[in-house]
Amino acid sequence: MHIVDGALAVPVLAVGAALTVAGVAIGLKKMDYDHLPQVGVLSAVFFIASYVHLPIGFSSVHLILNGLIGLALGWAAFPALLVALFLQAVFFGFGGFLVLGVNVVNIALPAVMVYYLCGKGISSSSPKVAAVWGAAGGAGAIVLTTVMVAFSLMLSGEAFLLAAKMTFVAHIPVMIVEGFVTAAAVLLIRKVKPEFLNIKESSEYA
Amino acid sequence: MPQFLEHSGTSWKGQKVKHDLSVIDKLDPRLRVIMVTLFAFVTVLSESFWVLSLGVLVGLLLALLAQLNVKRTLRRVIAMDMFMIFLVIMLPFTTPGEALFTVAGLSASTAGFLHALMILLKAHAVVLSLLALVGTLSATTLGHALAHLRVPDKLVHLLLFTVRYLDVIGQEYKRMRRAMQARAFVLRTDMHTWRSIGYLIGMLLVHSLERSERIMDAMKCRGYKGQFYLFDDMALGTHDYRFMALFLPFLCGLIGLNFL
Repeated sequence: MHIVDGALAVPVLAVGAALTVAGVAIGLKKMDYDHLPQVGVLSAVFFIASYVHLPIGFSSVHLILNGLIGLALGWAAFPALLVALFLQAVFFGFGGFLVLGVNVVNIALPAVMVYYLCGKGISSSSPKVAAVWGAAGGAGAIVLTTVMVAFSLMLSGEAFLLAAKMTFVAHIPVMIVEGFVTAAAVLLIRKVKPEFLNIKESSEYA
Repeated sequence: MPQFLEHSGTSWKGQKVKHDLSVIDKLDPRLRVIMVTLFAFVTVLSESFWVLSLGVLVGLLLALLAQLNVKRTLRRVIAMDMFMIFLVIMLPFTTPGEALFTVAGLSASTAGFLHALMILLKAHAVVLSLLALVGTLSATTLGHALAHLRVPDKLVHLLLFTVRYLDVIGQEYKRMRRAMQARAFVLRTDMHTWRSIGYLIGMLLVHSLERSERIMDAMKCRGYKGQFYLFDDMALGTHDYRFMALFLPFLCGLIGLNFL
């Protein structure tokens, strides 16, 4: 999912950086100091999820979980993912430095969209409905992210078209796995700690 | 893709990663952050092969000066290459232009080849300098340096919290995985695996969050009011001025070379 430095055209980099600054500003505004540990935890979980490798046939995929992060954090997903991606870039050399803005938008904007699209669904009183919305959120976030990665490549040059298409195809298994995993995680959190997903406890038992 | 190549950063050792003290470590952390940023801007915006080759050389030089662990650095650079390998391989074939060579009936264009080479050079120059100058800082020092550079307070707090939780959550994850393994759980491609991993992630979040609430309470109990105090006064020393005296003219030279 990470794009490296040097691949994208300058206007794409600039737009990505501007969107990230805006997103992070909104996120920081909505996040008060009491909320900070929760955001930090999710930022760390995003980092850890990238080393949970699940086998798919002969290959393996790793989790991204931006859907789950979006469902839990809303706009605060922007600062959370900025911090996680920054740490990855600086200490592990994943992705690049100037391209950070584009990478953050590509992963965090879908998270925020999932928050608005599926947030209501997962607080439904029926666990089955909630699981379906959770799966839609998990898989949907990856679909949106890959589409955005593909777009940032395509906007940087016609020659990237094939690479952009391949990125999408290569991530179809990730979408499926992510959907199931997010659904299960949503189900569990609903039972154990519903306020984490901004669900009122009363609606669970109403 | 073999697993060890797919992810070099498989475990966060954060503060515990040791490296030998080097010339680079004597430099002011703020200066290192600023220099890397400038260097990244210059290399990424350059279009000349001379500049980019020089950039990669300087990246290598910085890595040598910082005495980076060769094996670890190589693994990270290779991991980065994995992100872009398809992009770079396909580029010569998808760019129109005069043919340089043909593979299985597909012709690779010179323009595409040069473009691919340029991406490779840029990415490597940036990643090497980043790992050498900033990657050798401890995460806490980096956070403080960013705070001194007027990065928003909340963002720096978040960074410091995240660094702390990486340790905690990483250990929690390993503990829970070991418990699953003790119950003969094996990862497969099926619903059972996905559901179990989903529960694992959910439980991980719940555990960590409860822990973070306890930490928050403990901090409030000791008078935390949403502010960290930065005790380390960072000051520029002779080393820093010497480094600037070398590096800034070099950057200007790189910019100038673009217009030759």
